[in-house]
Amino acid sequence: MSTVMEKQINLKLVRNPNERYEPEVPKEVVYDTKGLNLWYGETHALKNINMDIKEKEVTAIIGPSGCGKSTYLKTLNRMVELVPIVKTSGQITYKGKNILDKSFRVEDLRTQVGMVFQKANPFPKSIYENIAYGPKIHGIKNKKVLDEIVENSLRGAFIWDELKDRLGDNAYGLSGGQQQRLCIARCLAVEPNVILMDEPTSALDPKSTLRIEELVQELKKDYAIVIVTHNMQQAARISDKTAFFLNGEIIEYDKTDHIFNNPTDQRTGDYISGRFG
Amino acid sequence: MATRYMDAVLVEKRMSSRVRKNTGFKGLFFASTLFGLIVLAVLLVRIFTQGIEYINIDFLMNHLSTDASRAGIMGAILGTAWLMVVVIPVTMIIGVGTAIYLELYAKKGKLQSFIATNISNLAGVPSIVYGLLGLTLFVRTLEFGNVILAGGLTLALLVLPIVIVAAQEALRAVPGQLSEASYGMGATKWQTVRRIILPAALPGILTGAILALSRAIGETAPLTVLGIPALLIPFPSGVFDTFTALPMQVYYWTIDSSLVAEYANLAAATIIVLLILLFLLNSIAILIRNKFQQRY
Repeated sequence: MSTVMEKQINLKLVRNPNERYEPEVPKEVVYDTKGLNLWYGETHALKNINMDIKEKEVTAIIGPSGCGKSTYLKTLNRMVELVPIVKTSGQITYKGKNILDKSFRVEDLRTQVGMVFQKANPFPKSIYENIAYGPKIHGIKNKKVLDEIVENSLRGAFIWDELKDRLGDNAYGLSGGQQQRLCIARCLAVEPNVILMDEPTSALDPKSTLRIEELVQELKKDYAIVIVTHNMQQAARISDKTAFFLNGEIIEYDKTDHIFNNPTDQRTGDYISGRFG
Repeated sequence: MATRYMDAVLVEKRMSSRVRKNTGFKGLFFASTLFGLIVLAVLLVRIFTQGIEYINIDFLMNHLSTDASRAGIMGAILGTAWLMVVVIPVTMIIGVGTAIYLELYAKKGKLQSFIATNISNLAGVPSIVYGLLGLTLFVRTLEFGNVILAGGLTLALLVLPIVIVAAQEALRAVPGQLSEASYGMGATKWQTVRRIILPAALPGILTGAILALSRAIGETAPLTVLGIPALLIPFPSGVFDTFTALPMQVYYWTIDSSLVAEYANLAAATIIVLLILLFLLNSIAILIRNKFQQRY
C-alpha cells in the first residue's frame, strides 16, 4: 500500500508526461454540473456546461478573457447572483443537492465552499480579526476556540511563523503576497470542503506566486480546489485536471497532462501554445 | 532626418506668455480663496469685538429679561440642546436606514433612481418650506403645539436629505471586494452590512451627519414659522415643553435692537456661543471619525 502511495507521489512530483500508468485512488465527486446555461441579461455567458469536480484534486480552468471561466467559478458558490440580471438553467449538484435550486440556502453553500479572489481583499481589521471573522459570523464566541482557529488557519496557510507576533496589526500593512495567503487562511477558518480560487496570483510577484502554488499543493490533500488562471504554466504545474473554456463553452476537459501534451481539440492546442487569447 | 515641427524660436517666444498665463491663473484662484477668508475674518472680528465682553457666567446662566444687563441665554442653550436630542437620533436612524435600504437592499431600477433623485432634490428645498410642513403636520395636525418635539422633527426632516445623500455616497464608496469576501464565507446580508460595510462607511456617514447637525443648529426660518417665541418662558426640561433656541434668540434680539441698542451686542454674544457650540460638536464628530478611519 505504502509503496503504491509513494509511487503515486513520485509520479506527481516528476510529472513525466510519457508515463501512462497512473494508479487511481477512487475520489468522490464534489460538484457535478449538468447542462448549465447562464445568461447575463441577453448575453449567453455559459453554454451547456458539463463537468464534474472531484475531492482532493486541483481543477484548473483556463481560457481567454471573457470565456466564462470566472463566471462558472462564481456559479459554484452562487456569488454570480450578486449581479442581479443573472439567469441560469441546468443543474449543479453539490454533494447530491442542486445548488441552483432556490431552496438551497446560499449561506450554507458558501460556508462549505470557500473563495479566494483575484485581488487580495482582507478586511480593514487586524490580522486576528480577519481570520476570526468567519467563525464569528457562524456563532463562535469563545475566545480560546477563536485563538485556536486563528493559529490553525494561519498554520494551514503556512503564514503562522511570519505573522504570529503581529496578530494585532492591521492586515493592510502586509505585503500583497502575505495578504493573499492571509485571505486563504481566512477561507480555511470556516473549514470549507472546496476552495474556489479566481486568478489568485495574477497580482503577485513570481516569488509570492510560487508560495501560493506550493500552498495549493498542500491544501489539495484535504480540499477540492478549483482554480481559474490566465497563467498556462501555473495550470500545468499545479492542477490535476484542466478545463479549457472558449466563448462560454467547454472545449476540452481532461487530465492536465493530456490537455497540455496531447490536446484533442485543435483550439486547445492553439490556446496553450499562445497562438491566440 | 524626419521633419521637425517644433520650431525652437517659436517655442521660446510662446514660452514666456504661457508661463505668465500660468502665474495669472494661480493668482486668480488664490484671490478667490482670499475673498472668502477675508469676509469670514471681518465677520468674526465684528461679532467678537461686539459681543465678547457680554459673555460671562450670568449671561450664560440667566433667564431672559427685558433688561439687557440682566438677560441670559440659558433657556436658548437648553432649547438648542433639546432640539439636538430629537434631531440626532431621528436623522441618524431614519437617514442611515434609508441610505442602507436604497444602496444595499432596493433593486436597482427606475423606482430606486426616482427615489434617490427626489431625495437629492429635497436637500435643495428652502428651509422655510419645511417650517410650513412642520407647522401643518406636527404643530397642528398632530397637535404637539410649538414644543421641542415639533421643532426637532421639523429640523430633522430638513436635514434628513443631507444625511441620506452623504450616507449613500459613503456606502457606495466601500469597495465591493470587502462585501464579496464576507458573503464568500457564508455571511448573511445583515452580518455583512453590520460588520463590514457600516464600519467602513462610518467616517463618511459621520461627515454627513456633522454637516447636517451644523445646519440644524443654525436654522432660524423653520422655527419662526413654527411660532417659536423668545419670551420669558421656563427652562425646557423635556420634549413636550415650549422652548426657544439660540438662532431664535439672535433673530429676536437683532430685530429688537432698533428699540434697545444693547440687544445688538447680546445678539453678537449669542452668536459667539452658537459658534463655539458648533465648533465643539464638529470637533467631537471629527474625533469619532478619525478613530474609525480605515484604509483600504
